[in-house]
Amino acid sequence: MDCKISEPVVGPRSEDTLPASASTAVKVVIVGGFGVGKTTLVGSVSEIRPLTTEETMTQAGVGVDDIVGVERKTETTVAMDFGRISLSSELVLYLFGTPGQQRFWFLWNGLFEGALGAVVLIDTRRLDDSFDVIGRLEERGLPFVVAINAFPDAPAYPMSDLRAAMDLPDDVPMVDCDARDRASSRDALLTLMRYLYALTTTASEPR
Amino acid sequence: MSDSKPEKHRNWEEGGPERLYVLTSGRSAPSEAAPLDMVTLIVTRHRPTSSMQPEQAAILRICDYPLSIAEISAYVHLPVSVVTVLLADLLESGHAEARAPIPTASLPDVELLEAVMHGLQNL
Repeated sequence: MDCKISEPVVGPRSEDTLPASASTAVKVVIVGGFGVGKTTLVGSVSEIRPLTTEETMTQAGVGVDDIVGVERKTETTVAMDFGRISLSSELVLYLFGTPGQQRFWFLWNGLFEGALGAVVLIDTRRLDDSFDVIGRLEERGLPFVVAINAFPDAPAYPMSDLRAAMDLPDDVPMVDCDARDRASSRDALLTLMRYLYALTTTASEPR
Repeated sequence: MSDSKPEKHRNWEEGGPERLYVLTSGRSAPSEAAPLDMVTLIVTRHRPTSSMQPEQAAILRICDYPLSIAEISAYVHLPVSVVTVLLADLLESGHAEARAPIPTASLPDVELLEAVMHGLQNL
């Protein structure tokens, strides 16, 4: 994304606008390593072509807080793809894909606050990538489910083995998913919603 | 571009921190009021005025129908953090209206989840 404001700003196409009655928006975060299929999943269920928002992070430089040091700071731009599903004329669901690696956690603050929950998308060939993410979500207390993206050439392991390998608590749902498939991606989201529903209804008495 | 004549107005990167700092008058967060979320829906209430910053006018032009802050960020090519600051002025002056997202303090409420599930099932 370049920031040339000299170009006229083009808003949404008419078919991408929300109804005027849209009043409530909720969000779900899809977390996973690079190439695990986050954007694919978002694109499968989104009613709009996924959009991209970018945040610029200026690395905390060593001893460069004077203006002379400005050009020596390293800047990292991180893109987040997101999509949208209108659930009714009032209610809208946004899906954000975000990289799980620790160096991107600075993105998580504004993103996870107020999120309903998260779907951790997993490639069984790279399970290691998921450890940090799961630990971090547990720390934040954000409910999540684990979706195993079915890559054709990825070995199929029994869920119980994967659960053990990820040291995942028994109550966290796991689901197989084909991120390219709309119904399958939708079902992964429904798994999260049913889990949230169960958590909410069983935690009726204040802790 | 020749280097014989240095360009006065292009001495910072378009997307660089200096430009973003100037756009937001050095503010890094909205002054007060309701916190704005990435999915807070924004709707234009009044047309932009000629004295407005072009970026703010652009926001008002695309929000005839509700748009989330994340969508605005994508369309105007500015980070969410900057859009949030620009919006604070527009909300304060009444040029735009924010439809706040549901605050989910701990767990979302049952009716909301039912509505989400119902919507997903109908996809």
